[in-house]
Amino acid sequence: MSASLPDTAPASPGEDTPQRRFPTAPLFLSAPAALLFAALVLTPLFLTALLSFNQFEYATGRTGGFTLEHYLAVVTDEYYLEIFLRTFRISALATAICVVIGVPEAYILSRMTNPWRSIFLLVILAPLLVSVVVRAFGWSMLLGPEGPVNGALIALGIGRMKLLYSEGTVVVALVHVMLPFMVIPVWTSLQKLDPAVEQAALSFGASRATAIVRVVAPQILPGILSGSLIVFGLSASAFAIPGLLGGRRLKMVATVVYDQYLSDLNWPMGAAVAVILLAANLIIMLTYHRMVEGHYRRRLG
Amino acid sequence: MSFLELKNITKRYGPLTAVGDVSLSVEKGEFVSLLGPSGCGKTTTLQMIAGFVEPSAGTIRLDGRDITRAKANSRGLGIVFQSYALFPHMTVFDNVSFGLEMQRVPKGERKPRVEEALSLVHLSPYAKRYPRELSGGQRQRVALARALVIRPPVLLLDEPLSNLDAKLREAMQFELREIQRKVGTTTVMVTHDQAEAFSISDRVVVMEAGRITQIDQPYRIYEHPETEFISRFVGKTNLLPGKVATATGAGATVSLAGIAVPVENAGLSVGETVTLCIRPEKLHLTAPSNGLLTGRVADRFFLGSQWLYHIDGPLGTIMVVTPNDGSTPAEQGAPVGLEWSPSVVRVHRGAMAEAPDVALEVTG
Ligand SMILES: Nc1ncnc2c1ncn2[C@@H]1O[C@H](COP(=O)(O)OP(=O)(O)OP(=O)(O)O)[C@@H](O)[C@H]1O
Ligand SMILES: [Mg+2]
Repeated sequence: MSASLPDTAPASPGEDTPQRRFPTAPLFLSAPAALLFAALVLTPLFLTALLSFNQFEYATGRTGGFTLEHYLAVVTDEYYLEIFLRTFRISALATAICVVIGVPEAYILSRMTNPWRSIFLLVILAPLLVSVVVRAFGWSMLLGPEGPVNGALIALGIGRMKLLYSEGTVVVALVHVMLPFMVIPVWTSLQKLDPAVEQAALSFGASRATAIVRVVAPQILPGILSGSLIVFGLSASAFAIPGLLGGRRLKMVATVVYDQYLSDLNWPMGAAVAVILLAANLIIMLTYHRMVEGHYRRRLG
Repeated sequence: MSFLELKNITKRYGPLTAVGDVSLSVEKGEFVSLLGPSGCGKTTTLQMIAGFVEPSAGTIRLDGRDITRAKANSRGLGIVFQSYALFPHMTVFDNVSFGLEMQRVPKGERKPRVEEALSLVHLSPYAKRYPRELSGGQRQRVALARALVIRPPVLLLDEPLSNLDAKLREAMQFELREIQRKVGTTTVMVTHDQAEAFSISDRVVVMEAGRITQIDQPYRIYEHPETEFISRFVGKTNLLPGKVATATGAGATVSLAGIAVPVENAGLSVGETVTLCIRPEKLHLTAPSNGLLTGRVADRFFLGSQWLYHIDGPLGTIMVVTPNDGSTPAEQGAPVGLEWSPSVVRVHRGAMAEAPDVALEVTG
């Protein structure tokens, strides 16, 4: 997203030919995107970071100044620690399930021939057209005490179960929402494979499963990696799903930030939590990226 | 019954018949080459034997077993793909060792066999590299080593040497022939290069537009091409249109633009339109007075062991190849005579096809 400039040979003084001038075209071309990025992403981020250092009194509200007490409060409070751990646990679980479901799904999709492939691709992408909020409501109606799932459980004699407001429900709903973000990058990297490579494995007598594990999977690892990063990042900062399906007690970081801003009106605290989430997310994702990709950089370029 | 047998194999892609009604029998231990212009269906034929393309019709039998619908991983063939299809995430060593692993060869035995295969293709120092760190020709040799190391009963090679320099190619041809002799591997090789097909094959299969037009020993394909297309595609040739003037017993004469040329009679009838094919090396330069045909040297090219002349005469430009025996070659513009013996002239019935594109490529 940021502007990257090609290396320009340093012009020696006195040799001021027009060809040697600093190339301005790339700068101009990337300027609109860079401006947009600065205005819409960096500025709010910077303001949030500033806000998190402000002092806060319940009686008077935000009072300006500089303090680290919000960060200290978050880091030392068991309550926040639990929420952070829960957020990353749920996100990791949702990511893992997305890998398990999404990778085979993408593989099967890449194996289909054309009318079916287009149809199923559409089926996979169609949920993205429906708002997350609507889909979360869908889940809460489906799993609610009077919903069809509980109806079926009662009819089967198992009895009513409390399905809503549990971690499991949040994970299931997150997987549902995030799956396309896993399928698409994996599908893209599958498209780039030479089908002859898998055929070569088969020609040596490898079973289909062996060919997939030993030959196909390692080659689509970059796709799985970027899918995982997207799903994990989006899940860790998800708001609508835990907000609607987690209820009042099962909080995730994004819902806590929302509470701090709108219920407690403690904006600096909310900002501090948001900044910590961002930092933690970055650290986890970079570590993961390092671990997996470092392994494969030399092989796949 | 032959070891590998294709019977009326056809592959259609929608309206396009990529391979039409191909029948071919390959004996055990035989080396057969598929030769033909680009897009004529060579790869498709090979892929049907390998099991990656399902034939629309016909049967394939291997060692008496019908494998037409058998799974590719149950056929046990060694394959070199046209695109090499190396495993990009494995080192050269692991690429070659993969087939042995699949055959459950014990680890201790794998290493020497992989090393042997790599040294065969002159790639021993590259064992630890990844495919993308190799040149095109080196990748191709990895593909070859990978197929050879498993010692398959049948080798399918899709242009296995196309990317190698002349010297390496010759060395690899020799190795392939050696292996095939020693181990008795049945080999089907696809190639564009007729010299390669001729030098190492027991038999050559010429394909044209999805069909087999001739199956024969290399020597016979060259000397007795069954169609005009083959004589044009295989080696250089002079094609001369004419009409049969006389036909008596063993001999006949064909009139080429008013010049009578003696040929062998193969059931020709007077007045028939024919095309004569004469290979350039079968023609001899003589003094203008005692040639069957006279002309002038328009161009001459030095090919090392031979001279190639373009002679302009009443029948257009005719190519002549003479061995370079150290004597002084004919000068450009010099009048010369051409002579040949009637037995070297091949007579094809019918008129000459309009300048096909392969002619440009091969005779140009
Ligand atoms: N999957 C496919 N779908 C449609 N047409 C195909 C397909 N594969 C091959 N063809 C067509 O079948 C014909 C034969 O292709 P094939 O790859 O066998 O040619 P080839 O003889 O190997 O050529 P080359 O020497 O260039 O490799 C070509 O006209 C090609 O366009
Ligand atoms: Mg081909």
